[in-house]
Amino acid sequence: MTMMKKLLTSAVASAMMAGGAQAAISNDTVKIGYLADMSGTYRDLAGPNGLKALEMAIADFGGQVNGAKIEVVSADDRNSPDTSSSTVRRWVENEDVDLVAGMVASSVSIAVSKILEENDRLGIISGSAASSITNEHCTPNHIHYVYDTYPLANGTASAVVKEGGKTWYMLTADYAFGHALEGDVTRVVEANGGEIVGAVRHPFPTQDFSSFILQAQASGADVIGLANAGADTTNAITTASEFGVTQSGQTLAALLLFLTDVHALGAQTAQGIQLTTGWYWDMNDDTREWSDRFMEETGVRPTMVHAGIYSSTMQYLKAVEATGSDDAQTVRKQMMDTPINDMFAKNGKIRVDGRMVHDMYLAEVKTPAESKNEWDLYKILRTIPAEESYRPLSESKCKLVNN
Amino acid sequence: MSMIFGVPLAVLSGQLLIGIINGAFYALLSLGLAVIFGLLKIINFAHGAMYMLGAMTTVLMFDYLGVNYWVALLLAPLLVGAFGVAIEYFLLRRIAGQDHIYSLLLTFGVALIISGVLVNWFGVSGLRYTMPDVFKGGVNLGFMFMPYYRAWVIVAALVVCFGTWFVIEKTKLGAYLRAGTEDSQLMQGFGINVPLLISLTYGFGVALAAFAGVLAAPIYSVTPVMGSATLITVFAVVVIGGMGSIGGAIITGILMGVIEGLTKTFYPPASSAVIFLVMVLVLMFRPSGLFGKEA
Repeated sequence: MTMMKKLLTSAVASAMMAGGAQAAISNDTVKIGYLADMSGTYRDLAGPNGLKALEMAIADFGGQVNGAKIEVVSADDRNSPDTSSSTVRRWVENEDVDLVAGMVASSVSIAVSKILEENDRLGIISGSAASSITNEHCTPNHIHYVYDTYPLANGTASAVVKEGGKTWYMLTADYAFGHALEGDVTRVVEANGGEIVGAVRHPFPTQDFSSFILQAQASGADVIGLANAGADTTNAITTASEFGVTQSGQTLAALLLFLTDVHALGAQTAQGIQLTTGWYWDMNDDTREWSDRFMEETGVRPTMVHAGIYSSTMQYLKAVEATGSDDAQTVRKQMMDTPINDMFAKNGKIRVDGRMVHDMYLAEVKTPAESKNEWDLYKILRTIPAEESYRPLSESKCKLVNN
Repeated sequence: MSMIFGVPLAVLSGQLLIGIINGAFYALLSLGLAVIFGLLKIINFAHGAMYMLGAMTTVLMFDYLGVNYWVALLLAPLLVGAFGVAIEYFLLRRIAGQDHIYSLLLTFGVALIISGVLVNWFGVSGLRYTMPDVFKGGVNLGFMFMPYYRAWVIVAALVVCFGTWFVIEKTKLGAYLRAGTEDSQLMQGFGINVPLLISLTYGFGVALAAFAGVLAAPIYSVTPVMGSATLITVFAVVVIGGMGSIGGAIITGILMGVIEGLTKTFYPPASSAVIFLVMVLVLMFRPSGLFGKEA
């Protein structure tokens, strides 16, 4: 009997301890690791200013959560999955990092999410594009927050086809992201009754696009689709304008453009280009108020990625506060159960595959006459409802979805 | 329409012309490298950074001082050239006569510092530079639309390339230069200021890179990292032409532009590799380069 009592007591005690461990913040510290391209091609869309956005969220939250302090470490991912993997391994195995935030190059995010899954830590990806991150590469340990290639193709390509751009010639960056985007665009164009008449896969990165633009011109297609990003896209657009693409009646469709790219091109060169974005700074009072504060900190207007980093960090800290825990699964469940309503998204929802679904926007770059200042660059043409934007769960190949 | 390997002749002529334009850039950049290596035996890994500085200086001088394109074409190479002279005087001179690897590492370090600092200030999205009004538009050649600016690039690059070749190979100044690097003590004895000559030569090679940068400013994204990718290609061009061969660098530059252009038509994914493939073949069968003197 005493034996039985002892056993029971210890069982209860250890159950309580286990429960206690889950409902507590490890080391009395919530540690966030910010990983992004801090010096290369993708620096401006996230980079050091993304770290500022993250720090703004922590400051707005009050600098601590349930009495535990919030710490931030950061690293340059060098756009390299290898470098990033060893950084994140060190963070989670030796430095007790609870959340990895930022993350831009899709290859980096996919590599990092595997390490997070092994160690059961959480990652929130704000910069990456590939829709495969929450499809075949989904894990129970990451969330993809801002946008992906699926709505980019849905928004821009379907709008352009509906306006009469039936035949497409694709200029595609020759790596995973470009191929994914080209695939998504092909699906949308064909579904809307259009046709892909030719494609060129160009090396990443390419400085001189004149050869490719010439081939696209010779194809006679209505639309030249740019399935690339960053400097590749801006270089292609500049060259297209130099070679008189638009004057000859062809349309340019840039599938992935960030505010920083459009700013670099300027309204003169970029005017009239349609694009899909997850967020724009000048949409309403909430977005403007936050963007003004961001601009005071950094001197520039925020991209959708900067806003997403702020918003997702806020959601994460709220979930830690509500559950009193920094355990990855506890926090992720709480985040999935809480709709997102802030300056970034209205009724945003994190699905079981880790995809945060929210309204997307079809925008057009203003003409120099319409643009009141250097950052006044987009007209929002249409709000694309969340359910129309993202890949439906019924088509998902994610292992967490029962299909 | 007549076709060649499934490509319409008109498209092919266009691609050839574009190849020549890009080749003109390669020629200008590899010429500077060849001058610096041929005369000073310095492997200048800062060449890409100097090209970038030429473009950045053009944009910044326009934004802050209103300096127009034509003035920049003269002023940017002068400023960057002066910067090059300073690098030679304060840094490179201290490792003169050492193994090549020292100058390679030193200039590589200098390039990393320059682009790192500028990335911090200006980011990587690119600075905007509006094309001068005279060059706006272009002419329809029948087989392609030829922007006026690209035609100007060919003319400007070829004039500067030929001028440089002429000065170094055919004038007395060029003879001093070549002699000064061959036997500097003897030339000192003849009363020629060899250290000054060396500083100026490095400055001149760097100024050529900056000149290419000014030409690039209206048509490419001007960013602090624009030089790094170009640099490696240009080194391959110099190796193919024969390290240090002035004429070889010019001819090879244009040739490689054309080969790259044709690859972009027939098999685009290989276009970033084709120059290196040629380099491998040349090194196998003519180790001192197409125009290099046999060692």
